[in-house]
Amino acid sequence: MKKYSSQKAAINFIKNNTVPILFFIICLGGVIASKLSIPYILNEIVNRLDRNLFLVLSLIIPVVAGMGLNFALVIGAMAGQIGLITIKVLNIGGITGLFLAALISIPFALLFGYGTGKILNRTKGKEMITSLILGFFAMGLYQLVFLLFVGTIIPIKNPEIVLPGGVGLKNAIDLTIIQYALDDLLSINVMGIKIPIFSLFIIGLLCLFTKFILKTKIGQDFRALGQDMHVAEVAGIDVDRTRLMAITISTLLAAWGQIIFLQNIGTLQTYSSHEQVGMFAVAAILVGGATVTRATIGNAILGTILFHTLFIVSPNAGKNLFGDPQIGEFFRSFVAYGVIALSLVLHAMQKNFDANANVESME
Amino acid sequence: MGENNSTKYVIELKNIEKEYFGNKVLKGVNLSVRPGEIHGLVGENGAGKSTLMNIIFGMPVIFSTGGYSGEILFEGNTVKIKSPKDAMELGIGMVHQEFMLLPGFTITENIKLNREILKDSIASRFLGPQLKTLDIEAMRRDARKALNELGMTVDEWLPIAGLPVGYKQFVEIAREIDKRNVKLLIFDEPTAVLTESEAEKLLGAMKMLAAKGIGILFITHRLYEVLAVADNITVLRDGEKVGSMKREEASIEKIAQMMVGRKIERVEKRQNKAEKSEEIIMSIRNLYVDMPGEMVKGVNLDIIKGEILGIGGLAGQGKIGIANGIMGLYRAKGEVYKNNKKIELNNTRKAIENGLAFVSEDRRGVGLMLDNSIELNIAIGAMQVKGMFLKTFFGVNWPRLVDERKIRENALKYIKELDIRCTGPTQITRRLSGGNQQKVCIAKALTLEPDILFVSEPTRGIDIGAKKLVLDLLVKLNVERGMTIVMTSSELGELRSICDRIAIVYNGKIEGILSPYDSDTNFGLMMAGEYKSHSKEAVR
Repeated sequence: MKKYSSQKAAINFIKNNTVPILFFIICLGGVIASKLSIPYILNEIVNRLDRNLFLVLSLIIPVVAGMGLNFALVIGAMAGQIGLITIKVLNIGGITGLFLAALISIPFALLFGYGTGKILNRTKGKEMITSLILGFFAMGLYQLVFLLFVGTIIPIKNPEIVLPGGVGLKNAIDLTIIQYALDDLLSINVMGIKIPIFSLFIIGLLCLFTKFILKTKIGQDFRALGQDMHVAEVAGIDVDRTRLMAITISTLLAAWGQIIFLQNIGTLQTYSSHEQVGMFAVAAILVGGATVTRATIGNAILGTILFHTLFIVSPNAGKNLFGDPQIGEFFRSFVAYGVIALSLVLHAMQKNFDANANVESME
Repeated sequence: MGENNSTKYVIELKNIEKEYFGNKVLKGVNLSVRPGEIHGLVGENGAGKSTLMNIIFGMPVIFSTGGYSGEILFEGNTVKIKSPKDAMELGIGMVHQEFMLLPGFTITENIKLNREILKDSIASRFLGPQLKTLDIEAMRRDARKALNELGMTVDEWLPIAGLPVGYKQFVEIAREIDKRNVKLLIFDEPTAVLTESEAEKLLGAMKMLAAKGIGILFITHRLYEVLAVADNITVLRDGEKVGSMKREEASIEKIAQMMVGRKIERVEKRQNKAEKSEEIIMSIRNLYVDMPGEMVKGVNLDIIKGEILGIGGLAGQGKIGIANGIMGLYRAKGEVYKNNKKIELNNTRKAIENGLAFVSEDRRGVGLMLDNSIELNIAIGAMQVKGMFLKTFFGVNWPRLVDERKIRENALKYIKELDIRCTGPTQITRRLSGGNQQKVCIAKALTLEPDILFVSEPTRGIDIGAKKLVLDLLVKLNVERGMTIVMTSSELGELRSICDRIAIVYNGKIEGILSPYDSDTNFGLMMAGEYKSHSKEAVR
């Protein structure tokens, strides 16, 4: 009935990938305007893939399970930070410290994921806004624990991390003891670009894990749920339990993702490192062409590259174009939130276009 | 069969009672099915058939509303079925009225939904069976086998989205027969969405399954189908079992009479109206509508003021799409003129403002806000578009307040006029039976006081008594208020009983327009798209 010419295929490709293409163009412009050297940009991109991709990948499973984008990544990130704070207190560094942190974060992540899942099961259909607000709420609890309970209820005395009054953690905690523990375990230098092989290997494992789990029984249940919860329920799938699994896995991955992120950065901003985690990861995967209902590993990788390229080049581009790096900085956060809004709007518009095109093509 | 009392029946229901919010919908029903028996279950809407099925299948709605009383024996043992999973484990399968299929999955994945064939993976040995991977090859083999048993030649790896409706129904059945332990199959109005030839094929499949020793419980509105396949027939009315008989003892008249509990009157053909205007109130030119499964591909049609125009045709030919397109519910292209004024398409509000109203065939999805009261449902359209049921607040014109008294009055009026059976105007519409929901939809459209009323499938899923009431009501509106009515229906009989002209849609176009007094042959030919080739008459 329909003729598929190559021209039509090209137009369809552009239509289906509006968001990534748009960002590719913006990034290209930014790269040119920033006048930064390509090796520098590549180096930064690899560095940021290493830092962020794990977190972005942790978003995929809830999307497949029909729960939308999990803004509650923030809560997982807190579990990761609890692990890091613990090893700092114990003063165990290096790769041992890192794995210990990952280990310690597990029970917290599972507990937090379970709680998040329980709440999301009560607010079916409104998961995204619920997880977003839940993230804010958790931040309050987090502050309560680490600002008030530390030194009073939780006996931590280490003056290096505790505020001078003896109560509450300091704003910034130095994580030099584990910095690059993972990245430097095995890394090579290709034409001036540092490639942290081991970190990328771990991320590769996560990709395989995600691919694998979607091929298993539980993965099939996730996909069934993502399409139609009611049908899945009638087929005997335990909907609530499956959703709980999806969000718990996502939370645990977020915890580990945050640990990987912070080992690269080297400093824990106690009260703000986790703040933007959900928002930036969501923005990245959306830039990669994911939607609220469809997300792939490819989306995550492409999105992380594009989103962070823009991050890398925007201060310099701002300085070169407007004579003020502040404008670039502003542009950066503007982009992060703008991306989310834009890709959601584009997604809706695309649906509309498709429907219109369908009618117009009728003869 | 039945040497031994405990396996005489697959299932026995004893004295089943169920209450919804103090409203008794099942009053001590007894029912039993033998292995290999096809048991027909008939009754009006609201008679309790669906509730009974939901109890047998352990649907969550039963337990969230307080459970049931009575006893269920499955193969002679008392069982409590608390979830669809329990039911499936016992060997009860259900072919649902609405498709329980996932559009993005393949036929195989749907047939094997939640019963996937798994194989061990490294992870599953350590972390449990949830991490076993799917054995797609084996799944496809099983799916193929189930499809072959039903005589389906469709490829098992195709996605469900895009399959014709009839195929989907068969995929559902394939899923049930693929369950090797299945002992009882429930068919909940499986033929409602099928064409006649598909329905015949389905009945054949049912007989084949019964011959294998599976007990079948068959619910339908089409009485001749029950007579064609059922061994025994049970009739429910108002939650009570009013009769049961063997097929040999049954006749359509007898069943129908039992169902309704009063003699059915045939809806008589209406007398031709004395004065017949020729004024065209609406003309449709070259209308295309992108409604999946009901594509309209270039319809030209004139609607005469004061007539009842019927739109008929087989399922999937596009008759449903016409009204939906004009009302802006599905994307449309073309020109629609009302009183020579062009109406903007793809804009429902404009359509309503122009004096059109629509009773959708999808009453639960489009017609009603299921969790709102009857009175609000009736008033909402008129309130939004026409500003009715609003009052000023101390003389201030904006914002205006909802006039609850008027809403209540209006709702009470229609509840009485249309005989909506409910606990009161504040009951939420989700809890109403299908027929009563439809009446609320009609009341909502009437409250808009339209010039042209589009009704799609007004009697679908409605019992015979209410059917007549609805059809009579349409005639009354037409005669007394001079309302122009465009009725789309799959039931030719009801179109012929009240319409002035009947347009038959075939392949997205108007095949021809007939008078209700035309011969059956002409209708048949037109619906099959063979009219033009058989007739020398030029039909536009």
